[in-house]
Amino acid sequence: MPEKFDVIVVGAGPAGTACALTCAKSGLNVLLIERGEYPGAKNVMGGVLYRKQMEELIPEFWKEAPLERPVIEQRFWMMDKESVVSFGYKGLEWAAEPYNNFTVLRAQFDQWFAGKAVEAGALLINETVVLECIVENGKVVGVRTDRPNGEVYADVVVLADGVNSLLSKQLGFHKEFRPDEVALTVMEVINLPKEKINDRFNLEDNQGTTIEIFGDSTKGNLGTAFIYTNKDSLNIGVGTTLSSMIKAKLKPYELLDYLKNHPMVKPLIVGGESAEYLAHLIPEGGFRSVPKVAGNGVIVVGDAAQLVNAIHREGSNMAMHSGLLAAETVIEAKHRGDFSEASLNLYREKLYGSFIMKDLEKYKDAAHTFEKYPQYFNEYVPMMNQAMSKFFTVDGTPKRDKQKQIMKKVTQERGTIRVIQDIYRAWKAVK
Amino acid sequence: MHIVVCVKQVPDTKIIKINPKTNTLDRRSAPAILNPYDAHAVQEAVKIKEKTGGTISVLSMGPPQATAVIKKSIEIGADRGYLISDRAFAGADTLATSYALSKALERINKELPVDMVICGKHAIDGDTGQVGPGIARRMDIPPVTNVIEVTEVNQKEKTVLIKRKLTNGYELIQSEIPCLLTVEKEINGIEYSPMPNMIRAARYEPIIWAVSDLEKVERTQLGLKGSPTIVGKMFTPPRPEGGKRLEGPADEQVKQLMDVLMEKKDLLSIQSSK
Repeated sequence: MPEKFDVIVVGAGPAGTACALTCAKSGLNVLLIERGEYPGAKNVMGGVLYRKQMEELIPEFWKEAPLERPVIEQRFWMMDKESVVSFGYKGLEWAAEPYNNFTVLRAQFDQWFAGKAVEAGALLINETVVLECIVENGKVVGVRTDRPNGEVYADVVVLADGVNSLLSKQLGFHKEFRPDEVALTVMEVINLPKEKINDRFNLEDNQGTTIEIFGDSTKGNLGTAFIYTNKDSLNIGVGTTLSSMIKAKLKPYELLDYLKNHPMVKPLIVGGESAEYLAHLIPEGGFRSVPKVAGNGVIVVGDAAQLVNAIHREGSNMAMHSGLLAAETVIEAKHRGDFSEASLNLYREKLYGSFIMKDLEKYKDAAHTFEKYPQYFNEYVPMMNQAMSKFFTVDGTPKRDKQKQIMKKVTQERGTIRVIQDIYRAWKAVK
Repeated sequence: MHIVVCVKQVPDTKIIKINPKTNTLDRRSAPAILNPYDAHAVQEAVKIKEKTGGTISVLSMGPPQATAVIKKSIEIGADRGYLISDRAFAGADTLATSYALSKALERINKELPVDMVICGKHAIDGDTGQVGPGIARRMDIPPVTNVIEVTEVNQKEKTVLIKRKLTNGYELIQSEIPCLLTVEKEINGIEYSPMPNMIRAARYEPIIWAVSDLEKVERTQLGLKGSPTIVGKMFTPPRPEGGKRLEGPADEQVKQLMDVLMEKKDLLSIQSSK
């Protein structure tokens, strides 16, 4: 007789583990199923972990979690072929408790995080693939794994199976992605001695920096590149929407090579030893791409529910929070003894009432705007670089004349009305 | 039928790095796994149990995190697991290890008489293959090494029929029970563990014994103190040089090859020297 749990969580990433942990803490009988050799073995992200949502799950987690560095500086680069306009913020308040965010290596962090769910009483099973949900009378009642006697039952199944959620697709919750709904990101972990990192990034002790790079980092396509500092390695990566890659005939690995050899980037990574190469899809469709998130006996969380804010590079925090909201819903449903869609739709309400859907709603047009009007990346970034170069080059031209020349160049190149249109459109997309 | 399988947690030597200064294994550079030969040992116990019924226990010695290999063994199909873990065991060579394990086996034997002990051929981090036979000697039961098939277990007659791997063939042996087997990888294929085993393993809490939980232990025979092995020197062997490639038309190559063979007579004298 197959076993029955209160809840089965499929996928031990940030969303699934957050859900399993919260359910287990409230005394529910939880089974957490992971397809990787261990949690984190297959998980990929750029590397920034936000403190706030993690802290809600494990207070003062920074005292014991395997973190790399607290981020004390966030830089933004508008990069052209041989130049960069940069701005950013560095603040020592981020170097002390409670911190703002951290760089992490997912293979270590996810393993530790899942260990916390196990400590709380969740049962973790690795190296097991869930093939499908078991549906009886229109209700999800369990999962079928690829193992012999692989059926397991539960009141609720939480799908945290990641961006390409085959399970929610099987249930008809969402269709195959359109190429403009997902970004393909490739990254490398490059080993570099701590002292070199601290010198090159102007850091002390264990402080960290993040750099987000726009413009030539993606050869002017919609997307970004990033460099994050770990303890003794760097995460460097680049991604664009799949549709941009198809349109511009870009190969992701070529783009990463291009970035690594860019004269603005190369001095930061030179001499490093490539330790890992990773690639991942990121659900960047935003608000309009969020599928059905609750059904009879089933809830969808994290990347599987497309919960990523591409503009603010937030994903894992949204995943964790959605996992927490799902757990709260399951716990309440358990009290009521009702796991129908009507009962579990409380999760949908919680999700739409939280910062997650509010933020995604705010930027619901951003990606589409920038995809449709590529001038922001391929025209304005170079223009900005030329303007700065002109303004700061001392050649005897009075500064006021320089300003005039710059404005003239901008309006000449794009036309005054189009510039105003572009500004309005961008403002509307992110307001 | 009560089968005890001895298992060891080892670093995955396929990916481990060697510290160039000390020539020792940098254990942090590789994940800890169940010694692959031991996994086959557990699998063989499961196969025997399918025919004879009974109980499979696994026994390991190591630090507390070695419980992971016991859980892994439960996934494969073991019923229960014992870990002997104590600072006094630390630094043991094969002599001290087989002593400690045999003391634990004495206690297991008291709780439920042991009919068979199965070990892997050797551990991939030491490659000695001495602990299995060492246990057999101390328990005064016959050791059967390099086993590639357990052909038949006769519980009534208390005998077992076994195939042993030899350099150029195999031999069929009948042994009395209890006995100790050490197994080769080709004895079986590790099966994909059924879901109920996975759930049981995730819940399972291994039984952990310290030295004080074992009876009549000579502490001087444990750990570093009980280990007469001295490591004289450790070195990384030089990479073998690549072979020579013969070029040209076929008859030319044959001629060249004959010249080489005639020069290196020792290549041809292997057969006659046996």
